Amino acid sequence: MSLVYNEEQQQLDDSARDFLAARSPVSEQRRIRDQQLPEGFDTSVWQQMLEFGWGGIALPEAYGGLEFGFQGFAPVFEHMGRNLAAAPLLSSIVLCASLIDEVGTEAQRAELLPALIEGRQRFALATQGQDRFRPEHLDVDVTEQDDGFLLGGEDLWVLDAQQADALLVAGRLISGETALFLVPADAQGLQIEPIHLLDSRNHARVSLHAVQLPAAARIGSVDAQAQLERALDRGAVCIAAELLGATAVMFEMTIEYLKTRTQFGAAIGSFQALQHRAGWMLVDLELARSAVMAGFEALNDDSLSVESRQQIVSLAKWKAGEAAHKISREAVQMHGGIGVTDEYDLGLYLKRSRVAQVLFGDSDFHCERYGRMAQQLFAETH
Amino acid sequence: MNNIEEFRHNVREWLEENCPVSMRGLMPADEMVWGGREIEFKNDDQRLWFERMRDKGWFCPSWPLEYGGGGLSPEETTVLEAEMRKLRCRPPQINLGIWMLGPVLLEFGTEEQKCELLPPMARGEIRWCQGFSEPNAGSDLASLQTAARVDGDHLVVNGTKIWTSYGDKSDWMYALVRTGPKEPKHAGISLIVLDMKSSGVTPTPIDLISGKSSFCQVFFDDVRVPKTQLIGEINEGWALAKELLGHERRAMSKFSEISLPTHFSLLETLFEYLPEPKEHSDIALFQRAIALRMDEHAFELTQRRLNETARARQDISSMVSIQKLVHSEQEKNKFEVLLDVMGRRALGWQGAPFSDQQLALTNTWLNAFSQAIAGGTSEVQLNVISKRVLGLPEGK
Repeated sequence: MSLVYNEEQQQLDDSARDFLAARSPVSEQRRIRDQQLPEGFDTSVWQQMLEFGWGGIALPEAYGGLEFGFQGFAPVFEHMGRNLAAAPLLSSIVLCASLIDEVGTEAQRAELLPALIEGRQRFALATQGQDRFRPEHLDVDVTEQDDGFLLGGEDLWVLDAQQADALLVAGRLISGETALFLVPADAQGLQIEPIHLLDSRNHARVSLHAVQLPAAARIGSVDAQAQLERALDRGAVCIAAELLGATAVMFEMTIEYLKTRTQFGAAIGSFQALQHRAGWMLVDLELARSAVMAGFEALNDDSLSVESRQQIVSLAKWKAGEAAHKISREAVQMHGGIGVTDEYDLGLYLKRSRVAQVLFGDSDFHCERYGRMAQQLFAETH
Repeated sequence: MNNIEEFRHNVREWLEENCPVSMRGLMPADEMVWGGREIEFKNDDQRLWFERMRDKGWFCPSWPLEYGGGGLSPEETTVLEAEMRKLRCRPPQINLGIWMLGPVLLEFGTEEQKCELLPPMARGEIRWCQGFSEPNAGSDLASLQTAARVDGDHLVVNGTKIWTSYGDKSDWMYALVRTGPKEPKHAGISLIVLDMKSSGVTPTPIDLISGKSSFCQVFFDDVRVPKTQLIGEINEGWALAKELLGHERRAMSKFSEISLPTHFSLLETLFEYLPEPKEHSDIALFQRAIALRMDEHAFELTQRRLNETARARQDISSMVSIQKLVHSEQEKNKFEVLLDVMGRRALGWQGAPFSDQQLALTNTWLNAFSQAIAGGTSEVQLNVISKRVLGLPEGK
């Protein structure tokens, strides 16, 4: 366990850097945005990521995974953030595949995991429609019937739902338990409508109008709330790594600009008022990196209590979000006029980060949860 | 077993036998042993541990034997330090001479100076203090004005130094003085050493906003210092000063590794005073405190990442550069919020109805201001970060 990359992470770091710079640079995201591709990503790039094995980084070898452990995603998501790559690695693999791996029956895992790892299938996770993130809250009600289940829920916000093969839906049983269902995209009563967010990614509003499912559509058979929250924690840390990558680029662009932009006969980076603000940006970036690395470490550490894990995950998402918030604002301000033009890439980073700050819990949510977990841990030891 | 492993084995055995159990674990500030002419031990274990390490030459294990050091190779020194850390051995004494002046003397001192100054330093017989800052030379240290005029075989020193820690309890001082009044400011500075008992030296303790302190102002009135006590060439002291300050930063980080944190736990204080915030203002205050704790936590993780990165032999320069800035600014923020959390209980200066803990916390708040000023202000740190790490251009 370490906050520094191990050998496997180092390899992934190198290959993600090279591959994304070559095949999925920011100019590609601009093209995808301008052409309004419904997937929000380039399917051939996604296929290549899967050929590299990124889909199997944390999944068992028995199903075609690499078993590197979850921390293998750290460099991958950082580089996705650096390049604003929008592939559905988070939705289909980090969220859906890991949940199926933890909750599914042996037969379901054997059938679904290889399909997801190889990209023959792509899933998206539907849990809630709240404006603000509440992991314990589910917006799909489930009625158990003799031969299956009836699902109903309105206005869920789902990442990468358009063009997905199926949705993994988390619903509430009458008993209060959380159950997961695989709902094929063409299921009767399932409605998927695109919504256009700031980041131009694939977001959709999903509604389930009395969707009838066979008994076999349920993934596993036990209450899956704990596993669901764990999966959302994984999502939070991966999106934190993405934020870290995007923020690092905004920081680098700004430092470069401070060195080259001349006003009053001098590089503006020679002005102390800007130098000191740049120094504080470095501080936020370094602290965010440490927190994100600790987040991956915590997800990989099965010996941690739920409270300790949630505390560190919240720290990672909070600090990455705070750094992104402060640095993106400073970056735009220090760039001046060019910073608010669409032509310049900075705005793409600002918008992508602003959405990522909200996904899987904003700073206020994670600050509150960190405090609550800290207080619980404190009460146990005092 | 190769040589170094054999050495490790022997060191571990020796430490286990010779380091008294009470000399292991973190050290409260009032249990530090300061070497010097008037050394004081609080108990026999302190004395035993001091004498045993002294006799090994392990106050300064890497120094050559002829100067009273331990004569260990760099590799062996690393092993000794690692084994001491593992057993959590306290440093047997604290001595600025060994940590800061010693390495500079070894590199730049004459043979006579080394033979005269290093062995007593290595035996912990002399307590050293530092004479750098002056009332008009703080962040701009190179503008220092304490004058040393050549008079035959002597330098005659006049002026004053300030912020000298334990100036009133130290035996000798190393100081920066101006020997070239006409030269450009960096080119007229020399490094000298002097006995604090010399005629004309007057240390005066300084009271701070937090009360008594270890800081002194030291006055020099026609103090005669033999020219043999000039370290390095005349007017070439600035390079040595930078060297010394580099050792200061390393020494400070070693120091914080071994001292018992006098800091107050933000969370413990918060949960004690605001266990169940219900009013809106209490909830807002609670969240504000938690956010500061989270930033502190992220900084603790950064220190861990720094150590792990150094061990992996990767670049640590940017993490190193932010250490002092972040630590001192976070401390200020933390105590500000704890004052809010404690409400009127945080406003005591002395006596009832305040508990010792409450008074100590308030006092630490006042002390935290100094941390962001001493050893390079936060603003100087930001100058260094923006130029040396970020590569931003110099101002005109």
